[in-house]
Amino acid sequence: MKILAVTEQRDAKWNKVSFEIIAAAQQIAEQTKSTVTAVVIGKGVAALSDELAGYQLDEVLLVEHDLLANYTPDGFSIALKQIIEANKPDLVLFPHTYQVRDFAPALAASLGKGMIGDCTTYREEGGKLIFVRQMFQGRTVADVVFAGDAPWIATFQASAFRGDLAKKHAGGKAPVKPAAVDLKPEQIRTKPGELFREAKQAVDLTQSPILVSVGRGIKAPENIPLAEKLAKAMGGELCASRPICDEGWLPMDRQIGSSGQTVAPKLYFALGISGAIQHVVGMKGARTIAAINKDQNAPIFEIADYGVVGDLFEIVPALVEELEKPH
Amino acid sequence: MKIGVCVKQVPAKDAPLAIVGESAWIRESDIGFETNEPDGFALEEALRLKEKHGGEVVAISMGPERSKQTIKEALAKGADRGIHIADNEFFKLDPLNSAKSLATAIKAENFDLILTGLQSDDQGFGQTGVLLAELLGRPHGTIIMAIEVIDGHLKLKRELEAGWFQWVEIPLPAVLSIQSGINKPRYATLKGIMAAKKKEIATVDRASLGVAVTPTQQVQRIYVPSKTKKTEFITGQPKEIAAKLVEKLRHEARVL
Repeated sequence: MKILAVTEQRDAKWNKVSFEIIAAAQQIAEQTKSTVTAVVIGKGVAALSDELAGYQLDEVLLVEHDLLANYTPDGFSIALKQIIEANKPDLVLFPHTYQVRDFAPALAASLGKGMIGDCTTYREEGGKLIFVRQMFQGRTVADVVFAGDAPWIATFQASAFRGDLAKKHAGGKAPVKPAAVDLKPEQIRTKPGELFREAKQAVDLTQSPILVSVGRGIKAPENIPLAEKLAKAMGGELCASRPICDEGWLPMDRQIGSSGQTVAPKLYFALGISGAIQHVVGMKGARTIAAINKDQNAPIFEIADYGVVGDLFEIVPALVEELEKPH
Repeated sequence: MKIGVCVKQVPAKDAPLAIVGESAWIRESDIGFETNEPDGFALEEALRLKEKHGGEVVAISMGPERSKQTIKEALAKGADRGIHIADNEFFKLDPLNSAKSLATAIKAENFDLILTGLQSDDQGFGQTGVLLAELLGRPHGTIIMAIEVIDGHLKLKRELEAGWFQWVEIPLPAVLSIQSGINKPRYATLKGIMAAKKKEIATVDRASLGVAVTPTQQVQRIYVPSKTKKTEFITGQPKEIAAKLVEKLRHEARVL
């Protein structure tokens, strides 16, 4: 099999998930006796392809074009379609980033193929690859296989593989091959503007060793102070899942998850958080996870070290009282 | 502006999920269904665009008979009419074949704008908007946090990761998938619910669309995930739970 691993960068700086997708491709290649070709796509990114050449890869394709300097779905779809048609990989792997979800389904469809997206892992069974992805917001998982001929396109969720375990080249370097693509300005329908940040990051949640996090189970904005009290009693910061910030009950910069911050505190205390995958990717690196939820089947309990099935409005005040006792 | 908005009916958030092995799906009898929450943001955005720029909002839903309820709710909130693409085994379709069916069913409508939610809370493919754009030959934008219509084109605020945003411009007609939280969806008023009864829902049988379904992928089975960690559950009265949990966090996990 031939595996193509497509990396992601912006302004010639890596998105770190690139190394996770390299690690994924290497692991699948080892099991299926396949080759791995890494793809670096953009403009002015030769230094990145040289860096990748130091990894255990069969080759690195450097795809550069003026019209790829800024990401557009048309530019990236058209260029990668040409790369796939010229290199004929069996399996094309992407990290499941916001950018990839913006163009990879269209790329797959332009090739007449489907995409299995947001996979958390895979298995190899009798020469066949089975991709595992979550459904029902993490309450169930699904084994999915490709039907029909290659190329097969799949994306892996952030943290599905460890980027720091991507293997370096045993000796020497993988060859870097520039790969030309044909793009015309009139093919690009999107006019991309500058990137900007909205709120200044008032609190850096990544630096806090203790986080108390609230989800939908907190029910109403007037209950936020209850969680705040617990955070204070523990000496930690307050944060939240996306719906709470969407409602404006806490500012956006306190959001943990795929569209917020990624944290790895000593203690993550989840109050009324079901544990939807978009949230879990932002906090599963916590050393200890405690969770209170009224639903004993909530996916947060899949990753929690300590769980309480019950009413947070009864338990949190008792916790605050307990923490405030001299010890 | 003629706007189509795709709304999906999904199992209610708190519905107990009983897995049916042979169909690799869940038992649909005895559970409640609701409009996919992310699609509610797309509908609200469609209604606001209509209020600002005039035109029509058409709610489109694919699925069994019950999914008409989701169209009715959209009509009650202010959509003008509905299109129901009937398919009792909609759950079996992969993302590409779902999008092909949708595209075929709505092509003749020539919408100026098609909106979808970010992803569905059941299958969570998150591909429909992008695929619809590709199949209909339209430009698209995803994870959209603001829409401005300026002489025949759109100025869009896209959410990127880690707190970054970007303004992009695309020409109309177009397809957008809307980020959850872009707006506060309205509730249906009693007047809206009454008015909805007179609004038209056109039903088209998916099988009659002539879309040849060649699966690109197949769900072999679904199952409850095996635990990666052993959770220690703490039980008792609230005061006992608090005492035990604090003790464990202090002396066992040593994180307090």
